[in-house]
Amino acid sequence: MTQYLDFEKPLAEIEGKAEELRAIARASEEEMDVSQEAEALDKKASALLADLYKSLTPWRKCQVARHPDRPHCKDYISALFTEYTPLAGDRNFADDHAVMGGLARFEDRPVVVIGHEKGDDTKSRIERNFGMARPEGYRKAIRLMDLADRFGLPVIALVDTPGAYPGKGAEERGQSEAIARSTEKCLQLRVPMVSLIIGEGGSGGAVAFATANRVAMLEHSIYSVISPEGCASILWKDSEKMREAAEALRLTAQDLQKLGVIDRIVPEPLGGAHRNRTATLDAARDAIGKLLDELVDQPPEDLMANRRRKFLDMGRGGLAA
Amino acid sequence: MNWITNYVRPRINSIFSRRETPDNLWTKCESCGTMLFHRELSDNLNVCTNCNHHMAITPRERFHALFDGGIFTEVAVPQPVADPLHFRDQKKYPDRLRTAQKDTGETEAMLVASGEIGRTPIIAAGQDFSFMGGSMGMYVGNAIIAAAEEAVKLHRPLILFSAAGGARMQEGILSLMQMPRTTVAVQMLKEAGLPYIVVLTHPTTGGVTASYAMLGDVHIAEPNALICFAGPRVIEQTIREKLPEGFQRAEYLLDHGMLDRVTPRTEMRDELITITRMMMGLPPAVKGELPAPELDAQDGAAPGGNEEPKT
Repeated sequence: MTQYLDFEKPLAEIEGKAEELRAIARASEEEMDVSQEAEALDKKASALLADLYKSLTPWRKCQVARHPDRPHCKDYISALFTEYTPLAGDRNFADDHAVMGGLARFEDRPVVVIGHEKGDDTKSRIERNFGMARPEGYRKAIRLMDLADRFGLPVIALVDTPGAYPGKGAEERGQSEAIARSTEKCLQLRVPMVSLIIGEGGSGGAVAFATANRVAMLEHSIYSVISPEGCASILWKDSEKMREAAEALRLTAQDLQKLGVIDRIVPEPLGGAHRNRTATLDAARDAIGKLLDELVDQPPEDLMANRRRKFLDMGRGGLAA
Repeated sequence: MNWITNYVRPRINSIFSRRETPDNLWTKCESCGTMLFHRELSDNLNVCTNCNHHMAITPRERFHALFDGGIFTEVAVPQPVADPLHFRDQKKYPDRLRTAQKDTGETEAMLVASGEIGRTPIIAAGQDFSFMGGSMGMYVGNAIIAAAEEAVKLHRPLILFSAAGGARMQEGILSLMQMPRTTVAVQMLKEAGLPYIVVLTHPTTGGVTASYAMLGDVHIAEPNALICFAGPRVIEQTIREKLPEGFQRAEYLLDHGMLDRVTPRTEMRDELITITRMMMGLPPAVKGELPAPELDAQDGAAPGGNEEPKT
């Protein structure tokens, strides 16, 4: 059962009708041929879907990027990697379930994978804290990146977080310091690092995992300094102005590629990643493989120096870049 | 009688008196309500003489008091592309920038200077909260990179005074990208073996705290400064409970191991001199009266740093 977004309501109606028609036909005693009508409705629905997704507004992209059925970090890990061996804990305070990570093989090559996991039902969402990491999550990631660096393993990071968790304990244990150190660690790695933003790239909590040699984004994912709602409530003094804020922030993959902030856009199936998980995961595998291939032959010192150079040069040209 | 009373103090006074207009000779302390005479207040570095409340101070005022004889040279900061996103909320971003420039008389939210403190050559960078909340955009990133490059070039420590609400939303993702950019700047200093000292002042929050402000070799904060990643209001909305008194203030962070020291502004200069001299392997600072420095030795710096910035 698909969960429809508000702008998909007309689509929900048509698909609902087609479904209803088929249900009636199945339930009726006599032979009833509804296939023609149902197919006509299906056709209408797919035309409408194509139309809706042809040019999503930035705010609609935010909604798609946050869709509860969108494939999450653990789906990518189980589809794209083999021998995934989760490693837990920051050796300091706790194990943060909002951050997954460990050793794994990507196309037979041993790597370290880290990522934010949002969870996909009430129980797992609470356990994962909706993908909002605490300092221990970043410190676990730092530890894993350090491990990757020492054993010459590439780092693959999957970014999907509304932001770092704004809680009392998180602040007490140094949320800022943990994020700053994670970004710093990314910049110290002498191994290839590829980041893929699969849903939401929320502010500093995302940067801590996305300061990579190559940064890619799924077609309908977002990456922003602040949520559109947060921006609207500060600059418009009205959190209902999130559509305008989403527009102004330039948080879509397409705008970020123009700004030179990301390197590659990974295409999503028609109607968004959640409508065809297999196709999404295949496209992600392909993109990560290609980006990694660009890096594996670079000498360790160059990998670090080039990564630093990339960020130092970033934004020099604005939208014209 | 020495050169400070004869030469420097009149200069400093003339700078401050130029700024004062007759109708703001008195400032009311936001904390205790005492009326403070402007000269008394500026002599005390904008710290209330009654209750010790630390009021905002601009980087320029701070640097006049920090550097020997108030003498420093501004380090040039490369200008970034103006309004990179063509950002528009209720106002256009370039209009907001112009208003801030008019109100503060500064180009942007960070001032970088080179000079000496207690005869110790340093580079200092000061963030200006009065300029759009000190927010970190491309310019602030460029300023920190320029400060680090200058420090490496001249082999000097960098002292950074942070004050910001966070990233500059009007530069969207490019403001966020200042987190890795400024981190690279800090790495330049670390790899050159140079001290990087952060003085966290009220307020230092958001992406600024989560990048260069928390990566210092030494973290010193001014008393009662708010220092956090997420602001108290956001946290209260998230956890739906009232936060304890003093939460996320400098003393609280000191207790939680995030700072090395909390030091009053009036004692900061001496402390910075002591620390930087030890970290640079220099002998202890000479206390007491010093002979006037030879101006030629100061890279041709003019008093007050109003000269054309060096390139």
